[in-house]
Amino acid sequence: MSLCQSYVPNYFSIQDILATQEKVPCKFEMQVKHLGFLDPGSDKRDIEIGTSIELPLWMASVLNSQRPSIAEVGLPKIFKEAYRDIMKADPCVVDLHKLAQYFYEFGMCLCMLKHRESSEISSVLVESFKQRFRQILDWAQHSTIEVPESKKLDETEKMIYHMGREVGSSLYLWLTEGGSLITAADMVIQHKKMKLTQKDLLH
Amino acid sequence: MPLTLTQRCCHLLAPLIPFTVVFIHLSDDDGVRQVFEEMRGLYDQNVAAANDSTADPDGTAISSIAIRHAALERNKRCLMAYVFNRSKKLRNMRWQFGSILPPEIKANLCEPEIQWFNSYSKCLARYMKSIGGQGLNLAQDVKPPKSLYVEVRSLIDYGKFELDNGEVVLLKKHSTHLMSRAQCEPLIIQGVLEQINH
Repeated sequence: MSLCQSYVPNYFSIQDILATQEKVPCKFEMQVKHLGFLDPGSDKRDIEIGTSIELPLWMASVLNSQRPSIAEVGLPKIFKEAYRDIMKADPCVVDLHKLAQYFYEFGMCLCMLKHRESSEISSVLVESFKQRFRQILDWAQHSTIEVPESKKLDETEKMIYHMGREVGSSLYLWLTEGGSLITAADMVIQHKKMKLTQKDLLH
Repeated sequence: MPLTLTQRCCHLLAPLIPFTVVFIHLSDDDGVRQVFEEMRGLYDQNVAAANDSTADPDGTAISSIAIRHAALERNKRCLMAYVFNRSKKLRNMRWQFGSILPPEIKANLCEPEIQWFNSYSKCLARYMKSIGGQGLNLAQDVKPPKSLYVEVRSLIDYGKFELDNGEVVLLKKHSTHLMSRAQCEPLIIQGVLEQINH
């Protein structure tokens, strides 16, 4: 598995698709006909000028890139100044899983929209990653239980955590057994476990 | 019209996120069909709006066309990602389970996926046959072998197993054997045997 699961250059990346599905507030500067259903709060046929709706990021980037732009894209809560200050103060205590599951990917896509606060967002992303990475590395190398610490992590961090664990355990295996031991394939083992649990459920 | 555009597409993808499940979920043919319907609807509306643009003096129709078009592209991307990621999983399964999939997993695949799996297996077999004149099994010796023979323990009642030299071994649960590494490797990978480690 590679770390490069993000959009550039991967069109098929699920992670990127889900990250760009996160919502951002948009304020319409133009009337848009026949798409009133996008605003769940109204039952009008058209979207009027001045309406604010939370729309997924991929749509917001289209609205933003049209000339003249159809809507002004704002910042989601997690990237507003108040939250940026929290992230600056101590990123390690923030529960990203609850606040923004795709914090980094989403943030990077958001920066591409050329919002006037983009540069601050990107510096917050880098800084908080630096700080949190140490903690993740520590957990991945030293924890013995399966998941509990990873509850506070965003998806990218979870991936790093899992990779760290995998690499750690294969290094351990190589050091103790020399690596020539043939073992059953991962999927086969999983499949067996699944069958066992299904059996338990039936009884 | 759906409550939110392309929302359904993301539901298709959710079970494919890495780390959530190793296995393939039931193929969501219904979901795919619904997405297609949504796309057809969007396309028809766009064609209608484009043909009707003469009746739209202030040019606002273009913005709704742009939004619908973006939704179409988005849906296309989601569907492609769905198909691509499932076949990627299937490809991994070919290497782990071998050319015959367990029935529980096969039941979760749709017809084209089974065809794809079979043709991938065939391709792979043809390729392995073509290497170096007499062929080379790429699935063998994935880890560097240190000895010709290994001690193995049977994990299940597998039954009779014929060796290359014509001898027949009875693989009973908990029985141990000394077998040639090349012959028992596929069985270990499939979880029939377990290598005994001293």
